[in-house]
Amino acid sequence: MKRALAALAATFAGLAALLGYKSAPARRTTLAVTPQGATQPPTGPSATDPNAPPASAVPGGGDNSGGGGDNGGGDGSGQGVAPTTPPTAPATSAAPLPAGAKVVTGPDVPNQFGDVQVQLTISGGKITDVKALQLPFDRQRSAYISQVAGPLLRTEVLQVQSASIDIISGATYTSESYAQSVQAALDQARK
Amino acid sequence: MGMAVSIDIRDEHAPPDRLDLAIAQVTGWLEWVDVTFSTYQEGSEVSRIDRGALAVGDAAPEVAEILALGERFRVESDGYFDVRAGGHLDPSGVVKGWAVERASAMLLGAGFADHAVNAGGDIRLRGVPGPGRRWRVGIAHPHVRDALAAVVEVGDGAVATSGTAERGAHVMDPHTGRAALDLASVTIVGPELVATDAYATAALAMGAAARPWLDGLAARTGHEALVVDADDTTWSTAGFPFAPPAG
Repeated sequence: MKRALAALAATFAGLAALLGYKSAPARRTTLAVTPQGATQPPTGPSATDPNAPPASAVPGGGDNSGGGGDNGGGDGSGQGVAPTTPPTAPATSAAPLPAGAKVVTGPDVPNQFGDVQVQLTISGGKITDVKALQLPFDRQRSAYISQVAGPLLRTEVLQVQSASIDIISGATYTSESYAQSVQAALDQARK
Repeated sequence: MGMAVSIDIRDEHAPPDRLDLAIAQVTGWLEWVDVTFSTYQEGSEVSRIDRGALAVGDAAPEVAEILALGERFRVESDGYFDVRAGGHLDPSGVVKGWAVERASAMLLGAGFADHAVNAGGDIRLRGVPGPGRRWRVGIAHPHVRDALAAVVEVGDGAVATSGTAERGAHVMDPHTGRAALDLASVTIVGPELVATDAYATAALAMGAAARPWLDGLAARTGHEALVVDADDTTWSTAGFPFAPPAG
């Protein structure tokens, strides 16, 4: 059954940059689908972004396979929520992808603390893993949140899938960017 | 505003060129809204009006429309929704829902009857996400990052969540001038996003006074509410559209 599904993530400020209302350069974001076994790192602005954290183990990289939106800066207000559990290191895994798996890298979604970018592993039509390629690290508080938010948000994504949710209302700053990156990656994966 | 907007179109057999045109129209609209209403841009009409450099009568007619909506919600919410709270003009609380509502109407006019437009967690939904289904919208729990506070099921309608988690001290109680912290989040479900968004923002600022106001709102207008307190207690109006468990 054919279904047209389009997803566009763009900030108001980013669109203004595109049409020349602001002097800040427009930023390109891309959605990438990685064939199983690829080892290239993600390309695009995230690779040279000074806000990007040190790379963690990533099973696959990205090809720029299609157009994406242009993103500018995030909203200038708001703050994250302090987590209630002690921080743990984000899980990394070098295990090979299951047969037939597809790895999808979501777009780089900036917010005021830095960039958020996620990578999904999809196998048999279900998300089986979520990795944060980028979480905000440019401030101490944000780094603390990201260390906990990363693994916890991963659980949320997998749980959301089991509840058969179409869309999510309400989120904190880091998780909002995370949800956007996941949403856009899911939409790309459905094409 | 600088907010990401996601457009999810579920219509089957949508010709790609018609889709591209509709999305271009919507993004052009959202860009104009930002240029006109952004409080972060000195040259926006709202910023110029705020510092007295532009009269409302000389601005785009949409500005007057937004200010009229702001006044309507100020009266309806006993002053808890106020575009002039804090001494400066900031109509963002009504502009966002209004811009998304207009964007959804554009998509519908272009022939896309099944879609969701999501601006920072405030969502306008139309039609169906798939054959024989209704939209299932998860409400993010404001405290517990690996959980949802609720799942709602809607057809045509709007879901808006206002939370201290996303805005921190930005949501003020206009009567006390202090940050509203009694409630962690308020979710409103209604027929369209403009009022739904404004009511969620107003109720968050009300704190403990929100529940009786929300009960009255549901009885008068059919807008239903879910509240999560700062201590994680949840409460909802009698008709809040909780979704049945997924089959």
